[in-house]
Amino acid sequence: MSGTVTPPDAAIHLDDVSKVFGKADTEVYRAVDGLDLDVRPGQMLALLGKTGCGKSTIFNMIAGLTAPTSGTVRVDGRDPFGDFNSFRGKMAIVFQNDRLLPWRSAIQNVELGLEMLEVPAAERRATAQLWLSKLGLGGHENDYPHALSGGMRQRVSIARAFATNANILLCDEPFSALDESTAGRLRAEFVRLVKENGKTAVFITHSISEALEIGDRIVVLKRPATIAYDVSFDAGTGQQERELIRARIGDVLAA
Amino acid sequence: MMLLGGVRRLGSSALPFVVVIALWQFASLFFPRFLFPSLIDVFWRCLEIFLNGAMFADVLSTVLRILAGLAGAFIIGGALALLMVRSRAVDKFLSPILTLFQGIPALSWVVFAIIWFHGVEFRILFIMVMTTLPAFTFQVLGALRGMSRDLMEMVFSFRPTRAKLFRVMIAPAILPDILTAWKVNLGNASRVVVVAELVGATGGVGYQLLQQQQLFDMAGALAWTLQLVFFVLTVQGALTLIENAAFRYRAVSERAI
Repeated sequence: MSGTVTPPDAAIHLDDVSKVFGKADTEVYRAVDGLDLDVRPGQMLALLGKTGCGKSTIFNMIAGLTAPTSGTVRVDGRDPFGDFNSFRGKMAIVFQNDRLLPWRSAIQNVELGLEMLEVPAAERRATAQLWLSKLGLGGHENDYPHALSGGMRQRVSIARAFATNANILLCDEPFSALDESTAGRLRAEFVRLVKENGKTAVFITHSISEALEIGDRIVVLKRPATIAYDVSFDAGTGQQERELIRARIGDVLAA
Repeated sequence: MMLLGGVRRLGSSALPFVVVIALWQFASLFFPRFLFPSLIDVFWRCLEIFLNGAMFADVLSTVLRILAGLAGAFIIGGALALLMVRSRAVDKFLSPILTLFQGIPALSWVVFAIIWFHGVEFRILFIMVMTTLPAFTFQVLGALRGMSRDLMEMVFSFRPTRAKLFRVMIAPAILPDILTAWKVNLGNASRVVVVAELVGATGGVGYQLLQQQQLFDMAGALAWTLQLVFFVLTVQGALTLIENAAFRYRAVSERAI
């Protein structure tokens, strides 16, 4: 365990993090190699990289679903893997596929995180109903996942993530399985909701356009996951400058 | 239209039974009673068993033995499966033993139980548990291993307690396999209990079958057998009702397999 101290202005802090898959004596695959990364509270970070560059491994380490082989991962100053249960209600995840429980209706799926937080049934139902309405799913509360389209299912999974009011949102290419028009609409809704609710978000993507649309900071990763390019921008960043960033990212990814 | 469809479905599922009954009744016209008794006789004997308290107590004791054996095997098998799925070492240790148990005939367990134990009820419980335990364990183990890793990770991301993880994820995910396991083992158990009672009991359907064999009473043998068949069909029907209620979330394809 590294003795580093989390910077006070970092919601997420990775210090010299490596992840190796395989048996202890024979290294098989180094997915992440000495990564340093800080994410400020309220920041929307887009982690961009080619398939297999270790994005999902970083995602799983921040989510506390896997432990780093070496280095330190801290979320709000705590170890998300070691202090797993202390993050109940503090972190929510939107996965690449909707991962709805097929035996639960849309509203019951949205209530899932609230059940873990012991929220009373009536309040739970009202919150779930509110988020389904916000995401345009009013009237589909009692539909089972198989009766919903791919876009609707992903909306339910976004509602499920927002319903717990967690401060940190982790998103693993949540719109990659949808058609471009649905993905575009959902992306815009997602950005609006994140900004409105002041969340810190880490958004994994392999699309430059998506990263530019979503993030106010883009980190480009090269294999094994190390930072190849790190750029921040805001709403005031002009189109010309964005095009320069796009071109630079393209060059880094092609290198 | 719907009524006509329902009648047609009922007719097609009843047809095989009607054919068997008709063939038996036809045979009863040409063969002696001790070989093919009239089904009317069998019906009255069934009714007698059903209405006679002492006789019906025998049916109930067999039913309770089956249910107790299955419940015991399910609880122990479920616990073993949980241990096996959590620990590779436990799995490596228990799998060969359970496989070995699967190869032991039910009749051998009956003999072992008679040699090892004195109490009749404990003997039968032991036989029922030992004969259905491997199947229950492997079926629950398969269900636990077959759970979606994606869904499991999703639920884990909300940091559930163990009890909540079991309630929201594990139980609903393995329920279909558990119901199938109960259906399969129910049939096996009803066969094994008769063998166990035939050899080592002083009451129950198996014991009564032994009496009918000594009296060369085919109508009685059939009537006692039918009691067990009714019980199996009733429980299977109840399990199907549970399935229909619990799995209403499943999509139904218009094109069958």
